Amino acid sequence: MITIVDYNAGNIRSVQRACNEVGVDSVITQDPDLVLKAERVIFPGVGAAASAMDTLNKTGLDQAFREVVEKGIPSLGICIGCQIILDHSEESDTPCLGIIPGNTVRFKLNDPTLKIPHIGWNEIKVTRPHPLLKGVEDGDEFYFVHSYYPDPSDEMNRYAESDYESAFCCALGQDNLFATQFHPEKSGRFGLELLTRFASWDGNPDA
Amino acid sequence: MLSKRLIACLDVREGKLAKSVKFVNTRDIGDPVEKAIEYYRDGLDELVFYDITASSDKRNIIIETVEQVAKNIFIPFSVGGGIRSVADATKLRMAGAEKINVNTAAVKRKELISECAYAVGSQSTILSMDIKKVEKSSEIPSGYEIVINGGRTPMGIDALQWAIDGEKLGAGELVVNSIDADGTKEGYEINLTRMIAEAVSIPVIASGGAGKPEHLYQVLTEGKADAALVASMVHYGEYTCSELKTYLHNRGIKMRMRY
Repeated sequence: MITIVDYNAGNIRSVQRACNEVGVDSVITQDPDLVLKAERVIFPGVGAAASAMDTLNKTGLDQAFREVVEKGIPSLGICIGCQIILDHSEESDTPCLGIIPGNTVRFKLNDPTLKIPHIGWNEIKVTRPHPLLKGVEDGDEFYFVHSYYPDPSDEMNRYAESDYESAFCCALGQDNLFATQFHPEKSGRFGLELLTRFASWDGNPDA
Repeated sequence: MLSKRLIACLDVREGKLAKSVKFVNTRDIGDPVEKAIEYYRDGLDELVFYDITASSDKRNIIIETVEQVAKNIFIPFSVGGGIRSVADATKLRMAGAEKINVNTAAVKRKELISECAYAVGSQSTILSMDIKKVEKSSEIPSGYEIVINGGRTPMGIDALQWAIDGEKLGAGELVVNSIDADGTKEGYEINLTRMIAEAVSIPVIASGGAGKPEHLYQVLTEGKADAALVASMVHYGEYTCSELKTYLHNRGIKMRMRY
């Protein structure tokens, strides 16, 4: 059973539908107590970091998020759910959860023909093996939609990168927490496979 | 490197698939959910559903279609046609649409763009523009005018300026639909697409006129579009999505080839 946390950060039901597709039961909740009792947790999201953090802080889900990670519950952050686990986001100068050291920063592009938001399918490259990225080959494409990206300060936390004028981190993790800037729920077969692996992951990043 | 996108547009009337030619004489060609699944499996990058249901009491049918589609395909898709309010947009998002397309109602009341951008996010708010070529004038300096009602009603708004305004108001992507090219199968309006793509910093989806694979190549290179929208080319089995993508890939365009 996967618990999908609803913190008003976008279309959580797409994540639930993708879980259904891969045959995994899921529940959607806003209740911090239920989140803490979860077997495994997804923090999905699209939208703005500031409003996401605002909702987390008001509902007590911020503390629940930290505790879930501390307790060793396998956890997956998606998009905004990937950005807010760092210390800070440049988007509206927002303090974040600080679970993984680093910041979320805005694309600064020199090429005027490149568009922001970065919307569409882009290749990823695994830079550090992880059980959730098992089977992902260099050049497999995932669906992105974002203007900011996660920039963990410790190399140990960086698991995959993508390229938009220059390389940027698109998957990060620490212990039982893993997070992707791209949307597995909108990335066709490769995304569904990642969710399938998450559904049976024991939280060990080195397994 | 970001791939260019192949997007298929399905016109839906009362839950059935239709394809318009110059927006008149539409005829049903099948079930939109089945088509969506077929294209998804064949490597399509994104889908657009355009609801052309005329009668307002049948407008909820699109919600059921969207729910069915969302259960079955796991790539982004957007829905447009008849979105007049944030409530309309939110309902479609809840039903599973990744993005919503606003068009006529935004021309009539431009605040709709910022309201949708606030409610569902800029990344999920697409501004679709129906555009007709006209004589250059002080009112329409670009020579391209925004039209509504399938091209029958000129609005006295310059298309280039509307694109720029749309971005400022919070649209995350633009659909540039040439009414002149739509249904002709003679190619996209390259000049129009390039002019708008060069003037904005958000992605531009080219629409209207695709008949041959070469047309897609032209609009993604010369036309500077980020995505090419097709309809009849794939709906009648003339080409498959994977054939079009392979063609573009072979001509050196970065496409998503493994799926």
